[in-house]
Amino acid sequence: MADLSVEFCGIKSPNPFWLASAPPTNTGDQIMRAFDAGWGGAVWKTLGEPIINVSSRYSSVDYRGQRMHGLNNIELITDRPLDVNFREIAEVKRRYPGHALIVSLMVESKREAWHAMVRRAEEAGADGIELNFGCPHGMSERGMGSAVGQVPDYTCQIVTWVKEVARVPVIVKLTPNVTDVVYPARAAQKGGADAVSLINTINSITGVDLDTFTPRPDVHGYSSHGGYCGPAVKPIALNMVAAVAHETQGLPISGIGGISTWRDAVEFMLLGATTVQVCTAVMHHGFRIIHDLCDGLSSYLDQKGMTSVRELVGRSTARVKRWEQLDLNYRVIAHVEQSRCIGCGLCYVACNDGAHQAIAAQPDDRGRTQVEILEHKCVGCNLCSLVCPVESCITMRRIDAFGEAQLPWTEYNKNPSAHPHVRSNRHDS
Amino acid sequence: MARTFHLHAGFASLDQEIKPPLSADEAHAEANRCLFCYDAPCTRACPTHIDVPLFIQQIATGNTAGSARTIFSENVLGNSCARVCPTEVLCEGACVLNDQHRPIAIGSLQRFATDHALSQGQPIVRATRPLRSAVAPVGIIGAGPAGLSCAAELLRLGYASVLYEQAERPGGLNTYGVAQYKMTPRVSLQEVEALVRAGLDIRCGIRVGHDISLSELQTRHPALFVGVGMGRIPGIGLAGEDHAAVWDALDFIALLKASSDAGHGSPSAQALRRNLHGASVAVIGGGNTSIDVVTQAVRAGAKKVWLLYRKGPSEMPAYAHEVHLALEHGSELVYYAVPERIVAEDESRLRGIAICVVHADGAAVAGPHGPRDKTSALLECSVVVRATGQRGAELVASLPVESERGVIKVDAQGRTSNPRFYAGGDCISGGQEVVNAVEAGKRAARAMVHDILEKLPQEAV
Ligand SMILES: Cc1cc2nc3c(=O)[nH]c(=O)nc-3n(C[C@H](O)[C@H](O)[C@H](O)COP(=O)(O)OP(=O)(O)OC[C@H]3O[C@@H](n4cnc5c(N)ncnc54)[C@H](O)[C@@H]3O)c2cc1C
Ligand SMILES: Cc1cc2nc3c(=O)[nH]c(=O)nc-3n(C[C@H](O)[C@H](O)[C@H](O)COP(=O)(O)O)c2cc1C
Ligand code: SF4
Repeated sequence: MADLSVEFCGIKSPNPFWLASAPPTNTGDQIMRAFDAGWGGAVWKTLGEPIINVSSRYSSVDYRGQRMHGLNNIELITDRPLDVNFREIAEVKRRYPGHALIVSLMVESKREAWHAMVRRAEEAGADGIELNFGCPHGMSERGMGSAVGQVPDYTCQIVTWVKEVARVPVIVKLTPNVTDVVYPARAAQKGGADAVSLINTINSITGVDLDTFTPRPDVHGYSSHGGYCGPAVKPIALNMVAAVAHETQGLPISGIGGISTWRDAVEFMLLGATTVQVCTAVMHHGFRIIHDLCDGLSSYLDQKGMTSVRELVGRSTARVKRWEQLDLNYRVIAHVEQSRCIGCGLCYVACNDGAHQAIAAQPDDRGRTQVEILEHKCVGCNLCSLVCPVESCITMRRIDAFGEAQLPWTEYNKNPSAHPHVRSNRHDS
Repeated sequence: MARTFHLHAGFASLDQEIKPPLSADEAHAEANRCLFCYDAPCTRACPTHIDVPLFIQQIATGNTAGSARTIFSENVLGNSCARVCPTEVLCEGACVLNDQHRPIAIGSLQRFATDHALSQGQPIVRATRPLRSAVAPVGIIGAGPAGLSCAAELLRLGYASVLYEQAERPGGLNTYGVAQYKMTPRVSLQEVEALVRAGLDIRCGIRVGHDISLSELQTRHPALFVGVGMGRIPGIGLAGEDHAAVWDALDFIALLKASSDAGHGSPSAQALRRNLHGASVAVIGGGNTSIDVVTQAVRAGAKKVWLLYRKGPSEMPAYAHEVHLALEHGSELVYYAVPERIVAEDESRLRGIAICVVHADGAAVAGPHGPRDKTSALLECSVVVRATGQRGAELVASLPVESERGVIKVDAQGRTSNPRFYAGGDCISGGQEVVNAVEAGKRAARAMVHDILEKLPQEAV
């Protein structure tokens, strides 16, 4: 059995799975139940000067019969009194000394205000502090949350203030609502952050009621843009984690965004995250999902012959390159395993209308659609294999077009005429 | 009162599985339909309380090994249960999606995960602590589902046991009784082999009370578990019922199963198979066993099969889905049919069975060939099978425990009236399902550990 315990910028956790700062971490009671269920850590619902929330607050995107593929919220930080929160934090830490308890903070952009909050969190027993520079609604209008996270200089400034007093590790939670997440990440590092976590929610409107014309969620006939999360945002989060891991070499990352299964978690780790945080999946199915998160991860590590989670972290980071570094000589084409084909014609129409007209289709003697890859036209885009509903029916096979010599764009660009075959293989003329 | 469905041309053969396995694609699509209910009704409906939503979620996430672990942790016979459980009235019957469209195929998904596990050699159970010593503190009589489950649970908790089994092969009715199209003996035995690999000690061909005495067993083992199932089907007092062409359903099924045992069928099994080809068969009974006889007789090539039941449809103990299956197989159900006597042609052949078709209020009603009066009519057939109730297992009467008509009295944890004896399975219920036997064996094992084994001196366990 592999060892699931991790150490994240000095914070020890029995496993890499933490609850993200959100409704599942509203109260001490919830967090203790989560720890009992098997969660390794939790980031307390963001604390700050108490606010008032609206009702309703959430809306979602369903996809093909699956509920809550994406979740949107217009909720703010904690609406419970600070002293109640701090009292509960102290109690949780006393009862669960071995678990990771992080306190998320969002404070007015004043040095003294930050100093005071950080001290209170530490006194309550926080193992670490997460600075919420990500909340995209409500708080940003008041100069907090993403209003800070979107301006690297502010980010750096506030991290510096926090580090002046903090004795426990400081994690900066990044907003995805920026052009390039690498800038605020660098700013956090410059300010002395011990780690970053990402992503917070993405600005969104999930839909509009076609009868009332009110966008969702409906607050007395009106709505507001909210923050989007859940399975739908995972690819965006993965890209940002990979980019930050690449740019801030060595800065620990807690990956967040759309994680619902152990597979999702492994992907975040491969791209550089040491711990992962989960919100929507728990809001959907409860704390009990931790069972398969741990069991699946542990089975996977055993299967790969790895003894600890550490061996996963960042293993794929170097496999994300800039486009111009990719090998133009590498070529694949589609192959249809005829014995598995069910004759749905989806690959044909996808390629014919949406790609490169490289599949022929005609009825066989029983009237069933039979497809054939026109290899000279196939550019190896993957589309047919993506739309094919049958497992391992369409596979992409490498063809040995140009031997082992690699040709990145950077080389090609120096002297295009030296590589005529690259063009001729990609165009009909 | 007779309903007739016509036999499908070329109906499936005896061995052809009624529920074929799911492909990986099918399993993943089906697993993703599961809602992952909280405090799920399927889990509550399963007598062993497998965490169904969890194991399905694990299939969906590609953690098939973990899925099988989840199943086996509550039900060591999860692989055979996946095939033989009447899921329509258990987990799948409780699925919340019944109200919306169609339930999740829980049995098939369970089979997907556990087939995969067994094919990979994944252990079904593991001792959670090293066995304390080589001597087995528990003796188990009967290596059917109840006994196997008890032994496996004991092993998990760190205690060795010895299973004594009278039959040539282990598995009880899983091997010798369940309908061939649900599960072949080979599948049952593979599961038992996996349990033996995990550490079970099964000694076949030993009949307790005959090859070894009860008192000897009691000196060998401080605690005993009785999982002897039920006994044979006694005669129903029908004139001529000892004729060679009149069968006890259990013998009939066991022999039929043996006839298709990949070429190993005995001469008598092969003879039965030949006799059934083109035969007309009358089955007496109204429980699930009678249905199994009907369907298997059809699949073995009988041209006409009647099911004769003494009472009406609402009193019939067989599950509705099983009755439906019998009808789908083209058999003819005759309600209110009281068998009167067997009419022999000669020593080896029958002319048929004389029946009287009477309504509950005594009035004559329609018979198989149109209306009949109260006088008996002859139903021409070459084979008659008695699928009427089993009696208690032979051994039960000689056990120093309280029992009633062959059924042992126990509390909810399988404790008998004798503190050294525990019991579970059909011998405490009078005949239920495999999954009930598994649960009973598991509970009794836990009770034994709590009551006796934990308290034994170290060297005795
Ligand atoms: C025809 C038929 C079909 C069935 N089909 C299904 C089905 O499809 N699905 C389902 O869930 N259930 C089915 N059942 C019910 C199911 O088989 C039983 O509930 C289950 O097998 C009970 O398990 P058990 O261990 O209590 O008894 P058994 O399976 O009967 O096992 C008892 C074992 O004890 C042994 N034994 C008895 N006496 C002695 C002795 N003195 N010494 C040593 N060994 C002894 C026997 O040889 C046998 O191996 C069916 C039952 C029958 C009769
Ligand atoms: C209702 C709701 C409230 C949230 N509140 C906070 C918060 O107070 N502080 C914070 O840092 N993030 C908050 N988040 C963002 C989550 O912590 C997390 O970053 C985001 O939901 C992405 O993860 P997921 O896809 O697993 O949900 C909230 C998310 C939701 C859905
Ligand atoms: S989940 Fe439903 S019941 Fe619970 S607070 Fe929200 S609206 Fe109310």
